[in-house]
Amino acid sequence: MKLVTEKRELSSRLLQFAAPVVSILIALFVAGFLLLAAGVNPLQAYLEIYQESLGSLYGLSETLVKTTPLIFASLGVSLAFRMQIWNIGAEGQIYLGACGATGVALFSGIESHGLMITAMFLAAFLCGGLWAGVAGILRARWRVNEVIVTLLMNYIAILGVDYLIYGPWKDPKGFNFPLTAQFSDAARLTEFFDTRFHSGFFLALLCALLMYLFMERTVWGYEIKVIGSNPEAARYAGMRTGLAIFAVLFLSGAVAGIAGFSEVAGLQHRLQHGISPGYGYTAIIIAWLARRSAIGVVIVSFLMGVLLVGGDSLQLSWQLPVAFAYAFQGLILFFLLASDFFIHNRLKLVRGERHA
Amino acid sequence: MTDLLQIKHIRKTFPGVVALDAISLSIAPGEIHTLLGENGAGKSTLMNVLTGLYRPDRGEILLDGAPVQFNSPRDSLALGIGMVHQHFMLVPAHTVFENILLALEDVPNLYSRRKYKQRVQKVLDEFKLDLDLDTPVWKLSIGAQQWIELIKLLVRDCRLLILDEPTAVLTPQESARLFQVLARLRDQGKSILFISHKMREVMEISDRVTVLKKGRSLVTLARGEYDENRLASLMIGEDQIPMWIKPACKYDQLALEIKNLSVRNDRGLADLDNFNMKLYRGQILGVAGVAGNGQKALAEVLTGLREASSGRILAEGKDITNSTAKSSYIAGIAHIPEDRKTIGIAPDMTVGDNLIMKNFASRAFRRWIFQDRAAIRRNAAAKIDQFAIKAGPDGNPVRYLSGGNIQNVIIARELSEKPAVLVALYPTRGLDIGSAEYVHKVVIDGANQGMSTILISEDLDELLKLSDEIVVMFRGRLVGCVDPQTTTREEIGLLMSGEVQA
Repeated sequence: MKLVTEKRELSSRLLQFAAPVVSILIALFVAGFLLLAAGVNPLQAYLEIYQESLGSLYGLSETLVKTTPLIFASLGVSLAFRMQIWNIGAEGQIYLGACGATGVALFSGIESHGLMITAMFLAAFLCGGLWAGVAGILRARWRVNEVIVTLLMNYIAILGVDYLIYGPWKDPKGFNFPLTAQFSDAARLTEFFDTRFHSGFFLALLCALLMYLFMERTVWGYEIKVIGSNPEAARYAGMRTGLAIFAVLFLSGAVAGIAGFSEVAGLQHRLQHGISPGYGYTAIIIAWLARRSAIGVVIVSFLMGVLLVGGDSLQLSWQLPVAFAYAFQGLILFFLLASDFFIHNRLKLVRGERHA
Repeated sequence: MTDLLQIKHIRKTFPGVVALDAISLSIAPGEIHTLLGENGAGKSTLMNVLTGLYRPDRGEILLDGAPVQFNSPRDSLALGIGMVHQHFMLVPAHTVFENILLALEDVPNLYSRRKYKQRVQKVLDEFKLDLDLDTPVWKLSIGAQQWIELIKLLVRDCRLLILDEPTAVLTPQESARLFQVLARLRDQGKSILFISHKMREVMEISDRVTVLKKGRSLVTLARGEYDENRLASLMIGEDQIPMWIKPACKYDQLALEIKNLSVRNDRGLADLDNFNMKLYRGQILGVAGVAGNGQKALAEVLTGLREASSGRILAEGKDITNSTAKSSYIAGIAHIPEDRKTIGIAPDMTVGDNLIMKNFASRAFRRWIFQDRAAIRRNAAAKIDQFAIKAGPDGNPVRYLSGGNIQNVIIARELSEKPAVLVALYPTRGLDIGSAEYVHKVVIDGANQGMSTILISEDLDELLKLSDEIVVMFRGRLVGCVDPQTTTREEIGLLMSGEVQA
């Protein structure tokens, strides 16, 4: 007897939906042993995660607050991935977006709320886009690997922002803390229900919808898909692949940059150190799990939001180390990715000998 | 003598498809056995069963009379069954020697380079093959790369060699050389399972021929029991092989003129060297030549994929020398590319999406910035019907289609805008008779409606059958121009070798 794998020619729709759910359940089951080992009742812990992230208005609002930047960054990353352009630099692009928005908020002197928010949005969009666009030009003109460029530019972006907040943009009344002055009311997004939940979330949903229409319905989306599927064929069909590489990286970075805008305008109301705790990297995982679909990105980002908030609450109520949250995320990712294999393959027991 | 390999009632199904229904055949030691069948007859599936990639649902494989089961290519290789695939499995950056070394199983971690080189060189000498072991593979012609694949099997002492359309990528001369080697191998007692579409080759080298049709082995015929017509009718079934009637070209209206055109490649060498050519409306101009003598450069420069370094291309008097592929297309040049899977299609996209790849931005398929999905679907349905594309279920990605059907998708797309000029680069390479005939029909129908065709091919039969005029390329130049009615294969062959100029 022997266990062999076999490719499923047709993967069923039911399986595609059921597999992620089952894999999350398995991950919870396995994580339960970790919790037991740490002396925590897993069922209580899960109830707590649910309570803290979904079970109350406050918890839900916190989850959505985390979901918002993840949606923006993941949409940007997915767009590039669709064309087989590997933008690993969403983190840096978020910082650039935050930086652009902050620049406008602090120094433009605009007083109208609508005008201010629009200007901040555009600045973030442009800064994120141009930052990623550098990698686009290098890739399109000289075939420089965009993975390396976007990745390394993250460090430049993060340290650049640090320079600003430790140096020229530091709040003179900030007791020497590395942060800028608070934004005026005109530069703040609307908050709801007396929580930190802000209108950036709705902007993210709108952005996902636009991205869906862009990719699935427009002529440009079609071009991106052709180039992603076979760049040689695209060139042969007369598409300008070089221009497309730049445009897609620009747009990808621009959308990731909006995450930075939404964080400073909606949440922090100032630029400070660590404005993004790795949203840009999580976005890569989200894009992958969501199979680069805009709608999938919204769902997976929400799930990640739950994990982030739930993980925090475990730390607070049981003094579990932060590593627990990471182990938790890791397990869920592991089983989700493994389920991918079972969607496309089946296991079979084979009787019989190998050779005569 | 017992048969080396016996295959009994093999059946293999995929969901919704019976790929192999009932295949039985036997291969004797020291014979060249040819498998003949249209695309989709089950040849590739059978090969994959024999090399252990697929496991049959039913049936038996006997080696030397004993049943065997292959669970992976490793198993079949261990039993001495080796295959030269259509797509080579070589590491381009490595040298010839390193690639061959990969095929050997018994190489110790610390090996004597000299000892193994001698071993490989011995095989080379035995078959009088002129290959430099230290050349990186990427520098070699496709023909030479195929030799490496074959040598890989020979150094392993395979008893059964499976060759999947080996001549599809070879020049007539290279093919002849291959046949000599195969004949020698047979005389040494090796068995060869040979797959080909080219009837003349089949006639030339086979000891026995097995015809496959719709997943069944129809009949096995020994030499002397078959002739070309018999095989063709068995393969295609009852249908007559149609002969197309071709209108005589009137040579009145110039469609395309190439003047002193030169194209240089990355290494600065001339792929096209002071090339001159005239193409008339409704003309089918055959271009013969050994692969790598500038045919590809000619096709690419005409379709805007490469730039000319000097010279001019005039389409109906208008200069289109250095335009992008798109504007060339607008000027009416369609292109059937050489390597249909690498550059002809976007494999993950649907047939409908692939059909509009060249004119996706035209008003017919978009409304403002949005694609008109309904129009794209309508177009797909019409083209699938008109060009007899077996497209499978709605939304099926093109990569699931067979080679012939992929070619039909490309042809449908290229011809949909009624082009003035068609540049077809090896358009029937690797296609079965039925699909190749279809391509011929399309070219001739086009000629009837005034389309001019540059037909670049290595199949002299095809060129002689279709062309109004055949030109021969050698080292990027035109070395001759012959009339297909009066010329001979020998004359074309001599021109191709560059030894004479007409």
